[in-house]
Amino acid sequence: MTHWLIAPVVLPALLAPFIVLAARYHIGIQRAFSVAGVVALIVISAGLAWNASDGTVEIYQLGDWAAPFGIILVGDSLSTLMVLLTSVLALCVLLYAIGSEWDDRGRHFHALFQFQLMGIMGAFLTGDLFNLFVFFEVLLIASYGLMIHAGGTARLRAGVQYVLFNLIGSTLFLFALGAIYAETGTLNMADLAARVELIDPADTVGIRVAAVLLLLVFAIKAAVVPLHFWLPSSYAEAPAPVAALFAIMTKVGAYAIIRVYTLVFPPDVEVTSGLHDVWLLPAALLSLAIGMIGVLAAKRLDRLVVFAVIGSMAMVMVSIALFTPAGIAAALYYIVHSTLAAAALFLIVDLVRTGRGNVDLTAQSPMTGAALTAALFFVGAIAMAGLPPLSGFIGKLLVLHAAFETDMMVWVWVIVLSSSLISILGFARAGSILFWKAHSITHSEDDLVMPRPATMSYVAVGGLIALLTLHTVFAGQVHGYTTRIATTLFAPTAYSDAVLKTPGKLSKPKKEEEH
Amino acid sequence: MELLVASAIGIMTAAGLYLLLRLRTFPVILGISLLTYAVNVFLFASGRLTVGAPPVLRDDITAYADPLPQALVLTAIVISFGMTAVVVMIGLGAFLGSNDDHVDDQPEGTP
Repeated sequence: MTHWLIAPVVLPALLAPFIVLAARYHIGIQRAFSVAGVVALIVISAGLAWNASDGTVEIYQLGDWAAPFGIILVGDSLSTLMVLLTSVLALCVLLYAIGSEWDDRGRHFHALFQFQLMGIMGAFLTGDLFNLFVFFEVLLIASYGLMIHAGGTARLRAGVQYVLFNLIGSTLFLFALGAIYAETGTLNMADLAARVELIDPADTVGIRVAAVLLLLVFAIKAAVVPLHFWLPSSYAEAPAPVAALFAIMTKVGAYAIIRVYTLVFPPDVEVTSGLHDVWLLPAALLSLAIGMIGVLAAKRLDRLVVFAVIGSMAMVMVSIALFTPAGIAAALYYIVHSTLAAAALFLIVDLVRTGRGNVDLTAQSPMTGAALTAALFFVGAIAMAGLPPLSGFIGKLLVLHAAFETDMMVWVWVIVLSSSLISILGFARAGSILFWKAHSITHSEDDLVMPRPATMSYVAVGGLIALLTLHTVFAGQVHGYTTRIATTLFAPTAYSDAVLKTPGKLSKPKKEEEH
Repeated sequence: MELLVASAIGIMTAAGLYLLLRLRTFPVILGISLLTYAVNVFLFASGRLTVGAPPVLRDDITAYADPLPQALVLTAIVISFGMTAVVVMIGLGAFLGSNDDHVDDQPEGTP
């Protein structure tokens, strides 16, 4: 057992108080430490991902207590993939925040950013449901601070909604945990999986309620209709780099659904039969339709991107709800794509806002830096709408292929394809209003001349686009890898054995007759 | 005792849900507080209700209280306490900024 697995949690957790206490008034030092920390995170998480890529399940027992008595962190191929994705995204977002000087508009951006990373990393790595709740709270508390970073009444009002909705979600999560503990007497995921299987099919009322409550909590996080109402105004009003980082937060919900509903409540268990195909899949299809219609209906660019995020999250959920290895593999491929594309689009919205002062979808005189921003928007919109040649197209193809042999095939194909068409129309309309119609508007004298966005901002967005391109070029390898992950998820013996059969130093029973 | 605890949880949850559906920030925050009280008692009860039983292993004793839910409740109390403070501050900021404490989005055009 090495200590590297806990490093993605501990490193930001140490860095954040250091930034608050020692570098409070020195934005330069804050930036240097923040970037250094994130680069170190990328190196560590790449190492962890490399280590887990051959199917090894690395575990870390806190305080050397064996599961299920102690809390454990588990680094299997799924967790480490998500951790790596988070740290790479964090670097691009951080560079943008520094380049656009968003981080200088309030004092604690970098500290909150590190705490946010700590929460996200912990949520991906933990092997214990209550610990998952705690890390959800860590990432939420940090996100409340980031969400209202730089202040302003509209942002505070959106912040109130965001915080209240998430508090309700946390309360539901606690109700679910209480119900699970009352029914099974454990909260360790691998141990839960073993005990849920043993529950008498005639006596599943309590555990059914718990499973549904838990799915509701994760669906709130993943913004599945009808639980998506917190997302539009909070993501649209949040500072751009924060909204871009939040692109991974909806994926925490998707990750939690994949993890818990393949391991603890797999689809073939009697307890949760009907949950995925009867409830989750139609809800996901509905959110796909609503998201893409929202793209077409949006009057502001930031709202357009927000609804595109709901739509792309819904694509992930459609694929997850199939609960087949092919579906999960496609979902994982799409999660990577959707995170990068959503983050890039949120940052491009901010480029537009910098260049013309607002993001209303009305024809106005040309923005500063229009050529480069337009090119980036074009690429980002292609990726998000799922047109060839970028990874959105490949991802949608994989989802459609995974749905081909299921009963719901007709519904999935019809809704995915028609919503794609609607989103293409929405993005084309937004792009032509923003960048083409601007040329027919003459520049009046009293217009303010907006400053050109900083070069580093373009570098950060370009980095995300480059990652998307790599994700497309190496689609075969990535999909092969996600397929292997999905296969291990549906045969979780390696996971359970690693968690439950590793002895701890402190928990060896002195006498054999203890049980 | 079971009836008392169960009905306390039920009544607090119902009252909390009712307040949650109000339009203004203050009742909603009160509703969330009531809900967290309810969930704290619920978590506490998830380890079964026992009276006068020790939570720590000792010789000659056969009936134990489950210590784990008590630890869980402590964590939940601390988190909900901090969260309530945060949401009060953000709500206050939003109210002072816009002189309006509605939780929902106001239709465009109204002040």
